[in-house]
Amino acid sequence: MATEGLVRPGVTAAAAPAAARAAVDAFAGRHRYRLLEALPWVAAIAAYAVFPSYLPLGAQILAMILFALSADLVLGYAGIVTLGHAAFFGTGAYTAGILAANGWGEPITGLLAGAAMAALVGLVSGLVVLRTTGLTLLMQTLVVATLLHEAANKASSITGGDDGLQGMEVWPIFGQFRFDMFGRTAYFYCLIVLFLCWYLARRVVHSPFGRSLTGIRENVRRMHAIGAPVVRRRLVIYTISAALAGTAGALIAQTTQFVGLSFLNLERSGSALIMLIIGGVGRLYGAFIGVPLYMIAQDRFSEIQPVYWYFWIGLMMVLVVVFARGGILGLVDRLRR
Amino acid sequence: MSVNKPSAPNGPALETRGLCKSFGALTVADAIDFRLERGARQALIGPNGAGKTTFVELVSGGLSPSAGQILIDGAEVTELPQAARVKRGLARTFQINALFRRLTALENVTLAIAERDGVAGDLLRPAGRHNRVIEEAFALLESLGLAEDALRPVNALAYGRQRLIEIAVALGLSPKVLLLDEPAAGVPSSDTGLIIAVIERLPADIGVLIIDHDMDLVFRLARRITVMVQGRILVEGPPEAIAADPRVRQVYLGERAQGRETR
Amino acid sequence: MSDALAAVVSIGFHGLAFAMVLYLISVGLSVTMGMMGFVNLAHGVFAMLGGYVMTSLMTRFGVPFVPALAAAAVATALGSLVVERLLYRRLYGGDELDQVLLTMGLIFMSFAAVTYVWGPNPQPMHPPRWLSGQTDFGFRSFPTYRSFLILCGAAMVTALWLGLERTHFGMRIRAAVDNLRMAQSVGINTSRLFTWTFALGSGLAALGGGLGADLLAITPSYALDNLVYFLIVVAVGGLGSIRGPFVAAVLIGVTDTGFKYLLPELGAFFIYALTMAILLWRPRGLFGRA
Repeated sequence: MATEGLVRPGVTAAAAPAAARAAVDAFAGRHRYRLLEALPWVAAIAAYAVFPSYLPLGAQILAMILFALSADLVLGYAGIVTLGHAAFFGTGAYTAGILAANGWGEPITGLLAGAAMAALVGLVSGLVVLRTTGLTLLMQTLVVATLLHEAANKASSITGGDDGLQGMEVWPIFGQFRFDMFGRTAYFYCLIVLFLCWYLARRVVHSPFGRSLTGIRENVRRMHAIGAPVVRRRLVIYTISAALAGTAGALIAQTTQFVGLSFLNLERSGSALIMLIIGGVGRLYGAFIGVPLYMIAQDRFSEIQPVYWYFWIGLMMVLVVVFARGGILGLVDRLRR
Repeated sequence: MSVNKPSAPNGPALETRGLCKSFGALTVADAIDFRLERGARQALIGPNGAGKTTFVELVSGGLSPSAGQILIDGAEVTELPQAARVKRGLARTFQINALFRRLTALENVTLAIAERDGVAGDLLRPAGRHNRVIEEAFALLESLGLAEDALRPVNALAYGRQRLIEIAVALGLSPKVLLLDEPAAGVPSSDTGLIIAVIERLPADIGVLIIDHDMDLVFRLARRITVMVQGRILVEGPPEAIAADPRVRQVYLGERAQGRETR
Repeated sequence: MSDALAAVVSIGFHGLAFAMVLYLISVGLSVTMGMMGFVNLAHGVFAMLGGYVMTSLMTRFGVPFVPALAAAAVATALGSLVVERLLYRRLYGGDELDQVLLTMGLIFMSFAAVTYVWGPNPQPMHPPRWLSGQTDFGFRSFPTYRSFLILCGAAMVTALWLGLERTHFGMRIRAAVDNLRMAQSVGINTSRLFTWTFALGSGLAALGGGLGADLLAITPSYALDNLVYFLIVVAVGGLGSIRGPFVAAVLIGVTDTGFKYLLPELGAFFIYALTMAILLWRPRGLFGRA
């Protein structure tokens, strides 16, 4: 125990021993890139070569990874349990879709428009929703999504209603890369967008802002007591997350040339939660593991018998919650120790 | 780069004027006029239900008063939420540890320092690059004898050491006013000395208010004692005067005397 | 003028009937959520099972209406006990996300299981002879079955209120909802209390599901389709209350019916907006205490 007087705050450790230096460095170096982080991208490029006939599914998987990643920011990092994330996904999808169905098929601007609209919905709904906690918050997020679902249903002249949006025409990217029927352009389009968004998410997560989100999740009372503007921080991450979710929705809309009401429903919101719990919540890479497993399994099951899919995914959710709370990444952690 | 503004050199660090709080017909704070001077070492004592916890919540911003004013360093903060009062120089510890249990000790303190310095809202630069913040946090932990626990998660540490981290987090805010709510509560008596030693060495210009039941701790650390009973300040003064005051004895011992009679 | 009045009376009547169904189903959820803080999204599954068991007993085994309803309620209540003991119990006081995922998983499993047993089509529901047709109330006639629903609902809320205020069991429930830890330290076995309350709530939900089978169609996706409505009644009414869900159910039921009748283009839009507004004004719900 130190015998000198208490060091005044504001004074740095002048002569810290080597162990102390090492401790501080370990803490400070958490944001550095590790070799393992290249794995998902290598795998994605390898998949392009190895599974040329599955590229459309692959593109969808990449877009949904973005969706789950956006949900992880809010759920895993900020600790906001939401049942309405599809609201942003659907907003982005319908925005890009309606543009493409009404004469403006340029993909990049459509994507940005989708992200912007979704961010707006996130900001406005966040102002309402994020003042509350617990069941009330859960309810509000669900109501926002259901509200938008109902609006899309009723405004069928614009959205196509129950039948979905028809007549989307997406132009080639940069005038050069046409969306071909093998899904090659779609695959790389989604991959690049995912990469850029992942990079952004990673920066945010490792920033002081991202660390403060962890604090908000772990002990909100303490965050207030150290002067953190909690509601504002949550609003910022909620808006960013909404923008990313909207981007994912726009990607799906543009690459499948279809948008339907299912983009806004409870099942869609739930699927984000499910995909994250499989991979591991709050770990940035949970989405990269959970989404492919979920979507490939769903793809397989939809050929056999769709009803059984619900049984097994439901059972899996129950088992994961009871036995394997941290998802696959959590299991890996436990094995490593 | 603290956000605390320079202040009037002679004013009290913390002051309340006519502070009142009622829940319907129940008055828990009754026109409290309280001063905590700069650099003070003051204690707030009183029997259970006296309103000490309410007072702390009112001052820190957890409860809003029915009437009265609260001033930190001469500036009125009555309408401000808790986070804003922290920015004006108020820090508190909680009676039951309120730490980020799954995060490391170092992380706990860096979060506080980052908020103080206004870098916590930085979205794009990696937290690891803010070397100054991390080093200061480590130095603070070191000065409290917690250097070896810096990278361990808080929930893996002994409760006494967690209590010290609670104080470290509050210190990281470079406060002008520090409210210590039962700092040794829940700590095994073998570790109480550690906590007392830390409090004894707090920087001289911080006004410290200790709320506690432990008379040994109070009489050892406080230069001035405020006695609160039923939401009102009964008497204030140096420890010897308080110990000798018949009213104080009545309040504390009177209950015991009554108990003896009924037995 | 009397046309408008007739419309109002109609909306009021049918809205009230719908409200009673919503109430019966949601009151159990409100009390159990208020007591244990457990987010049970799968509550609608009990209502659904009540509907399936009742209609099966009636159509396949010719069991009369009232015994079928009673049997459905009891069977569902017993089944809910199993779920509570086995699964829910592990997550009390835990992470909200866990509870959401667990109960969602149960909804999915129930969807699959029910489709397997009963097929995907809605179950037909024929009210018994003595409850069909119209009843003359003097100033006008109303469908008998709907009148019966309103009667049941009123009787149930009275019975629940009396039970809560006048019985020992009710007193313990009130204590536990008010302050769980305090109740435990006073010697109330909150674990057992919760199990019985949960069973009662699930039984009521089954009752509501069965009674309301022609208002809320008994299909495999029942639990998911109607989840929003049940949650709205609970959130707007307030957790841990039996009065709150009643008021909320009446509000939602009448408003929903009114809009479907007068402004069908808006659909349920107004209900959702209203819910958001109420929750903004009163985050704990109208009568929330927990």
